[in-house]
Amino acid sequence: MRRPGKPVLLGLGLVALALAPVGQTDYILYILSSWLVFAIAAVGLNLTLGYAGQISLAQASFMGIGAYTVALLTLAGVPWLVAMPAGVLLCFLVGLALGFPALRVQGHFLAFVTLAFNTLFFLVARNEDWLTGGPYGLSGMPRPDFWLFNTDPNLPFYYFTLIVFVISSALMWGIVRSPWGRAFKALRENPIRAESLGLDTRRITLLAFAIGSAYAGLAGAMFSPLVQYIEPGSFSFVQSLRVLLMVVVGGSGFFFGPVLGAAVVILLPEFLRFTEGYYLMIYATMVILLMVFCPSGLIGLGQRLRDRFRPGRELRGDMKQGAQL
Amino acid sequence: MSQFLQVLLSGLSTGSIYALAAIGFTLVWQAAQTVNFAQGEFVMLPAFFVLIGIHWLHMPLWLALIFGLIVAVIVLGLLFKKLIVEPMLPNGGLPLIIATMALSILLKEGTKQFYGAEAQPYPSLFPQTTLHMDGAVVSVQDLLNLVVSLTIVVALTLFLNRTRTGRCMQATAQNPAVAEILGVNTKRMVLYTFLINAALAALASFLISPVYLAKFSNGETLGLVAFIAAIVGGFNQIRGALAGGLLIGVLDNLTATYVTTEYRAALPLVLLIVIILWRPQGLLGTSEGRKV
Amino acid sequence: MSAGTPVLSVRDMSKSFGAIHAVQGVSFDVMPGEILGLIGPNGSGKSTLFNCILGQLTPNSGRVEVNGQSVSGRRACDLNRLGVGRTFQQLSVFPQMSVLDNIILAGQEHRGTMLGRLFGAPDAGLTADADQMIRFFRLDHLRDTMAGALSYGQQKLVDAAMAFMAGPSLVLLDEPAGGVNLTMLANLKERLVAYNREHGTSFVVIEHNMEFVMSLCTRIIVLAEGRIIAEGAPDEIRSNQTVIDAYLGG
Repeated sequence: MRRPGKPVLLGLGLVALALAPVGQTDYILYILSSWLVFAIAAVGLNLTLGYAGQISLAQASFMGIGAYTVALLTLAGVPWLVAMPAGVLLCFLVGLALGFPALRVQGHFLAFVTLAFNTLFFLVARNEDWLTGGPYGLSGMPRPDFWLFNTDPNLPFYYFTLIVFVISSALMWGIVRSPWGRAFKALRENPIRAESLGLDTRRITLLAFAIGSAYAGLAGAMFSPLVQYIEPGSFSFVQSLRVLLMVVVGGSGFFFGPVLGAAVVILLPEFLRFTEGYYLMIYATMVILLMVFCPSGLIGLGQRLRDRFRPGRELRGDMKQGAQL
Repeated sequence: MSQFLQVLLSGLSTGSIYALAAIGFTLVWQAAQTVNFAQGEFVMLPAFFVLIGIHWLHMPLWLALIFGLIVAVIVLGLLFKKLIVEPMLPNGGLPLIIATMALSILLKEGTKQFYGAEAQPYPSLFPQTTLHMDGAVVSVQDLLNLVVSLTIVVALTLFLNRTRTGRCMQATAQNPAVAEILGVNTKRMVLYTFLINAALAALASFLISPVYLAKFSNGETLGLVAFIAAIVGGFNQIRGALAGGLLIGVLDNLTATYVTTEYRAALPLVLLIVIILWRPQGLLGTSEGRKV
Repeated sequence: MSAGTPVLSVRDMSKSFGAIHAVQGVSFDVMPGEILGLIGPNGSGKSTLFNCILGQLTPNSGRVEVNGQSVSGRRACDLNRLGVGRTFQQLSVFPQMSVLDNIILAGQEHRGTMLGRLFGAPDAGLTADADQMIRFFRLDHLRDTMAGALSYGQQKLVDAAMAFMAGPSLVLLDEPAGGVNLTMLANLKERLVAYNREHGTSFVVIEHNMEFVMSLCTRIIVLAEGRIIAEGAPDEIRSNQTVIDAYLGG
């Protein structure tokens, strides 16, 4: 799998990300920042779904838990650097709890349980005005200020999200390359065999949810200061579906799949803006076509094309097995 | 007490309509291991076919209903099976889950684009009168909805148990390999299941739309409720789905009247989570055949 | 462990499914270094017995001890950590991981702590051990191939290699010969015997291929209708009238 070109590509990508905002309007900066924020949530879901094979439709609710925690704390004067870990930790713990259903059911049953959790979160956020501001939400969250580096203007905030994105991606890289990463994949491919090899599949399942959720919490912690206005609708089931699409469209189980997927899901609406109301329909049709013709996502499609033009390479088996939920 | 009876009846009435969608869900799951995340939209859409029949093609209501049913069976049964489910079978479960979710967006947005975001008035099938029985006020519409849906369920059960085709369908659902050996055209049986699912969804649509009005977003709750009903009932039997639908209809109405309206939508969800954790085989189900 | 303690001790194991008594009061011991064959006609309860020993099914009654320690009710992963490896009847590799990764995985849960596996040295000598295991099973040329791309027989070898990776004191082999071609079968048997000689690991083997069982095992237990009907060295079993009747009578 290792090719010499990879580090170079990675470096070029980082340079491109660093240069991307130069001379852009506030609107483009906002789009780029929100791409990175959603990419963090998608990278987390990719661990749960792509590597460990556990479907979750609750990623938006964890973004919500992170966002509300950070919003409430920073509005109360707590610095972001303290509020963020609190939100992430809370998501980790709730994610651990949400992992328990996965010990009993799989596939679409799990999809519905997590969907139900997301909807319950939405109802609580909407109805508990005293805490969440109800349907009106919370606003005016300050952006973090690190002495010399004030992220209040949009450009520094973009770099702030970029730094957080790079650090969290590097951490994820470390996780999937560690023995844990192997254990997650084993859980996806053959849980019974994994258990018979001494792997505590229960613990690994719970961790897959907890870590994935913690990433969503981090994304929420970034989302809060990015938009500076949160309301329950930002974390509804439809948003979870968006994050899920990011992972699947990009290519679940590929490390950079969700990053690419997030770009498509965030940017495509901008490109399809001219179609006005038809954008969601076009979008849905494209997803269906992608699922019919290339269920392993865009990266899978790219690999397939490359393998066609470069004979002799070992075919990476389709994502079929991993996707067999 | 009289209020309780009213609430109970109207709960049973909507519950029996949920049950129709849940039964379709269950049948398709049994026959093709397909979970249709667009089931709610399948119930939302046929009402609009009827509206097209009435407003654009100037049909009388009875003809428009038949038209709506036929279009639904073709579009949501035949085309859904041929264009979406079939090409995706070799890709495994997850792509199909995603694709049916995308399909639900497509149907919802399509309806919104072509028919508008406002709820459309929808002709009622039954008189909007009430009966006074023992001091209780009973809506005729509720009563007839319940009767009609139960009749449909009974007819379906008879079809599945008493006719040759029905038995072939059951054999296919239980053990396709054996059915194939016995000379059953299993492919056709699976197709019939999809057609029946579409028909059930259409009938549910015709019954529920006079109550909720025809609106593009109706499917959101309907799909979830249908799934919950199916899961409560054990996911692999008709009477389970029926019981699940009725139970949720009644519970939903009782909570809304006596407990809380704010968290009305939460009750079925909590029920779902509790059931999945406590009895994943459903309240009436047996654990066999549910190793997912 | 002393030579006197059985590696595996099964006492009065019974399991029924409704009215069907799949296993009825089976008791046996496996001594260190022994290769025990478990044979019997279809439906004689071999697989049920296996699953009860390994904790995949809960027996109605009976005790299981591994190296003198009771393991009744333990999960499969705990059992593995106590030194019980197994192979599966169906193919059981991780298809989208390389052969090397498959085998490393089989060893990694036996090294260090859970957190150590995340933060510590990612390898901890596992690659070297896995390479040794790969060489032992003569899979060198397939080291970096995705396990799913291997032939059936090769996957069986990987499955066996995984079972041995953690250095178990007992390995349960569930139909290792099923569906494997003759050349590969000879190779597999020879490697199993070699491993047994080198490490003194005990095996319990379920198998339908009589040739394979008779030449591999040191002792054989015959099950029929959930009971042990005969027990002894391969030659004794071959000529045992009860066994012949059981097989012919179905």
